[in-house]
Amino acid sequence: MSNLEHILVVILLMTIATFITRIFPFIFFHRHKEHPVMDYVAKYTPPMIMSILVVYVLKDVNFSTDTGLYTIISALVTIVVHLWKSNSLLSIFSGTFLYMFLLQI
Amino acid sequence: MTKDILKSTLPVLFGYIPLGMAFGILFQDLGYPWYLATLMALFVYAGAAQFMIIGLLIAGAGLTEVVVSTFLINSRHMFYGLSMLTQYGHWGLGKVYLAFGLTDETYSLLTTVNPKDASKKRQYFLMVTMFNHSYWIIGCTLGALLGSAIEFNTQGLEFTLTALFIVLVIEQWKKIQELTPFVIALIAAGVALLVSSEQMLLTSIVLSVALLITNHIGRPS
Repeated sequence: MSNLEHILVVILLMTIATFITRIFPFIFFHRHKEHPVMDYVAKYTPPMIMSILVVYVLKDVNFSTDTGLYTIISALVTIVVHLWKSNSLLSIFSGTFLYMFLLQI
Repeated sequence: MTKDILKSTLPVLFGYIPLGMAFGILFQDLGYPWYLATLMALFVYAGAAQFMIIGLLIAGAGLTEVVVSTFLINSRHMFYGLSMLTQYGHWGLGKVYLAFGLTDETYSLLTTVNPKDASKKRQYFLMVTMFNHSYWIIGCTLGALLGSAIEFNTQGLEFTLTALFIVLVIEQWKKIQELTPFVIALIAAGVALLVSSEQMLLTSIVLSVALLITNHIGRPS
């Protein structure tokens, strides 16, 4: 197998493996989608996963370094701005600009 | 509508472009032509798996390992579809594409931000998915094309995704107004971190869904 053929096979296999994980619930639970437990799961999974994603993106931050401190400050600013103005874009960008500024000075 | 969608997907744009570029730069460093990075963004469309494959390619991993690792790193997506079962409507090319494009960020937006016009929900879903997908394709392609030739200071821009998830947790709180899912998530995340930092995402999602269902069954109806 040439190098090009090899990487094309890799891409094909990755495409299939990823797609299976994403289409799986739609096929597997297709006939149970009206089930009350599914209703419950559908409603409460997003807040759980969103909270887990926050922990996930922060898990490799070393909070005893400057970067860790900047992360805490910028996250707090994001939260405060969002609670104050309820404007998602404004909160996200003020947090991000602050973080980039602190990191780059 | 397009303007609204551009607005709600803007944080993803600012997250996906630098992240995609980082992938593209690393990928072309391996000696592959740039269009393969585009191809990967177009068809695989999975950030974590694409970064992982760079390591596997360097290590000269076998195809079985490629399949198993890709599957494992993406298996958390099996739980994302659970919230969209009744949302995506009937089977068709549109639904298949929506399922294909259900990344962490697309899932987060679609489950939190509602379209202004409820009758255009499906169109809204499709457009958000397509916009995010195209940001990723642009990022990966740019990175591979420009390679390490460019030096621009985007250091810290990846915080947009952190901020996006933080904002979406607050929005979810406003929507649900119940502590249970947040507490379950923190417990599951804490336990998962203790068990394995590497597999934290999958472990905590499986654990939290299990806890959620146990909690539901245990409740007097």
